[in-house]
Amino acid sequence: MLPKGRDIIDWLIQKYNVSEEESLHVGGMLVKYGYIYPLKEPRSLVLRPDESPYRFQVSRSSPIQYVYLDTIYLAKKNIRKQGELMEYEKERYSVLHKRINHTWDFVVMQAREQLRASKQRRKADRIVLECQEQAYWLINRPPPGVHNVLDVGLERPNNFSARVTLVSGFIAFIYFLFVKYSEQYLNHDPIMQGCLPSNPWISDDTAHWTMNADMVPTPTRLRVERWSFSFMELLEDSMGRREFMTYLEKEFSAENLCFWQACEDVRHGESSRIVEKVEDIYKNFLAPGAARWVNIDSKTMDKTLEGIRHPHRFVMDDAQMHIYFLMKKDSYPRYLKSDLYKNMLAKAIVPQETKKSVFPFMRRQRHSSPSPAQAATQAEDGQAKGAGQADIDRIFVITEINRRTQLRCLS
Amino acid sequence: MFYLDFLIVILCFKPFRCRSLPAQRKYMRSPLIPEMATQEVQLNETLAHLKTESETLKSKLEEERAKLHDVELHQVAEKVEGLGQFVMKTRRTLKGHGNKVLCMDWCKDKRRIVSSSQDGKVIVWDAFTTNKEHAVTMPCTWVMACAYAPSGCAVACGGLDNKCSVYPLSLDKNENLAAKKKSVAMHTNYLSACSFTNSDMQILTSSGDGTCALWDVESGQLLQSFHGHAADVLCLDLAPSETGNTFVSGGCDKKANVWDMRSGQCIQSFETHESDINSVRYYPSGDAFASGSDDATCRLYDLRADREVAIYSKESIIFGVSSVDFSLSGRLLFGGYNDYTINVWDVLKGTRVSILFGHENRVSTLRVSPDGTAFSTGSWDHTLRVCDDCYFFIGIKYNQNLCTFNFTPCAPDKPPLSLTATHLPKYSNLKKHIYRST
Repeated sequence: MLPKGRDIIDWLIQKYNVSEEESLHVGGMLVKYGYIYPLKEPRSLVLRPDESPYRFQVSRSSPIQYVYLDTIYLAKKNIRKQGELMEYEKERYSVLHKRINHTWDFVVMQAREQLRASKQRRKADRIVLECQEQAYWLINRPPPGVHNVLDVGLERPNNFSARVTLVSGFIAFIYFLFVKYSEQYLNHDPIMQGCLPSNPWISDDTAHWTMNADMVPTPTRLRVERWSFSFMELLEDSMGRREFMTYLEKEFSAENLCFWQACEDVRHGESSRIVEKVEDIYKNFLAPGAARWVNIDSKTMDKTLEGIRHPHRFVMDDAQMHIYFLMKKDSYPRYLKSDLYKNMLAKAIVPQETKKSVFPFMRRQRHSSPSPAQAATQAEDGQAKGAGQADIDRIFVITEINRRTQLRCLS
Repeated sequence: MFYLDFLIVILCFKPFRCRSLPAQRKYMRSPLIPEMATQEVQLNETLAHLKTESETLKSKLEEERAKLHDVELHQVAEKVEGLGQFVMKTRRTLKGHGNKVLCMDWCKDKRRIVSSSQDGKVIVWDAFTTNKEHAVTMPCTWVMACAYAPSGCAVACGGLDNKCSVYPLSLDKNENLAAKKKSVAMHTNYLSACSFTNSDMQILTSSGDGTCALWDVESGQLLQSFHGHAADVLCLDLAPSETGNTFVSGGCDKKANVWDMRSGQCIQSFETHESDINSVRYYPSGDAFASGSDDATCRLYDLRADREVAIYSKESIIFGVSSVDFSLSGRLLFGGYNDYTINVWDVLKGTRVSILFGHENRVSTLRVSPDGTAFSTGSWDHTLRVCDDCYFFIGIKYNQNLCTFNFTPCAPDKPPLSLTATHLPKYSNLKKHIYRST
């Protein structure tokens, strides 16, 4: 749960009891001074009051470390993109070289190590670290002509740093996120707030489970509301995923979700079928001119195609993550604003609370339910019959059956 | 007969209590050759020196961390409404195990449970009706781990046999479940915990041999192993994150480690407990996790802040925690304790909101149901209980013609209500006043 611009502003409003305008101003200063840095458009140090993700900057303490860190950063940049250092960076680099000439080899080795280690990190982590570094150096070594926010005029004896207070502010912010999470999910927690129409364990009535089953025609309101909490909530609910698929089909980007599901199948499916599944994915989603071609950036595409030559369980990870974040940033917010979602929310039912019987010893009959093991056998039979379907739909259909048998909840 | 029981208990207890650093134990054996003896003394000194150095570094690190720790979770949560006292009640008691219940897991259908016990029995129950649906007898005793497959079609279990076996659940009454058993994991010491990942195809296990491992169910192949604990690993939990790639484990070395499933690396490590960590469970958002330990405390660790953020303890609680789990919203933390009780904590404020009695021996396992409607506990008293929150507690006093109904609400904002009537009220009148009865 990365803090979003909106979260930070809400937190400042609550913490300091100020107006939105003032919170925006204070927050903006925090970004300008580098205590918070944006993950989207890292060179634009502005606090946006929306869903843009931000992160708190790591505090870098001693001056000696500062020199080394600076050198390592420039060395990495130099190694990564030969000769792409800007003029002022080149000057700084040569100054540093003279200063720590005696440990130069160690520094370059460190830089190479960090580059190598960062390649092994997941793409999301790498992006965050790069943004973090870039933001830090943008502020601590601004390009010529850019206003240096760290200029404090003449040095004074009491220049105590506000840094420690702000790093502990980071901790307070995390606690704030805990509070926010609990509040958001409070109404969904049956032990805290009860559930409608009644808690099956107390009333012996399974209506609550029936109403929230997989294949209901109309979902409950709480369930539909939950889809708006996070993209993960929407995808984890099979009905939510079906609705999202319908929306994507209208937008002509349904192949993204199909691709993601197929990748999930590779990651969590049988080892023996990995090669076959990866081939199918390539044929349907990645090959040039494929029927359901997905739009992945060229770097990831090249890496994935290279990996497909020797397929393994995690070969689709990068591509899958790219498409996941694409849907999350783009299609998901639009889905929540769409008529499809709003209508679903409007027609969702709010069950009536059942009044309990007066005499607790008059117990209802507790009905048993079909075992999930039985349901799965039936699904398998159905799968065998449908073996003659077109290749293009096969992945999706089988994934759906697997998904249904895995996430089925029966009453 | 009694002596026999005693003996069996001691024998069975031994591996369970076997929790010292294996490396150190090997080291204590003195060699026969004199040169090696001198070498050993030198190595011993180096070891001691390194140990003190690592302790100094650790305390320095804690000092630095403590400098930043000038605000507590409960301070930030001051403005949050308090919970008042909860009253928990047992809704179902599952009787059928002939011996100590050691582990349990919920099925995704929110009503079925699998449980395992000391005598090797693994039972699948429909907890709602309390009917037993399947029973398997394992070839070993002390089945300490069991898990339900996400599809609901299989269960995995293991214990002193050092293996994790998967049993597909068949509805054919005549079929012997044990016949279709599939051996998946192989460790060199007892199996302490197991869990399916997002599908039926992979299992994550932790063992007394100090490692965790990820296995492919179909082939029984080891996909990844996780080394880093210095002693037995007792528990694990998978992260509910978007990319689904990490899990946390807790062990006898007092450490809780967060691992990357793909690379096998330990990403983060937390060591603030004072004794073995018996149980770890992720906070519903996936950004934090709670742990329960033999030091009688539960602690909350945040992954973003990379530190412990809360301790849940009370002076009156001196027995270890065997298992922990969160309610659906993460506001409540349930802990099963070795003093036969269940304590319920307010995660944000750090206070205890409820204590539940009922078990007649230590609580060994506790899980909240997948939709959060109830929680289940298993105990050494051979039973499992499904418990829930009580909305009202009704006390009825009859005194000749006077009938007093006392309603003590469990919701924080509702005041207590007392009704007195000179005659037994009519059914319709009662209905109006009794709201959410027990």
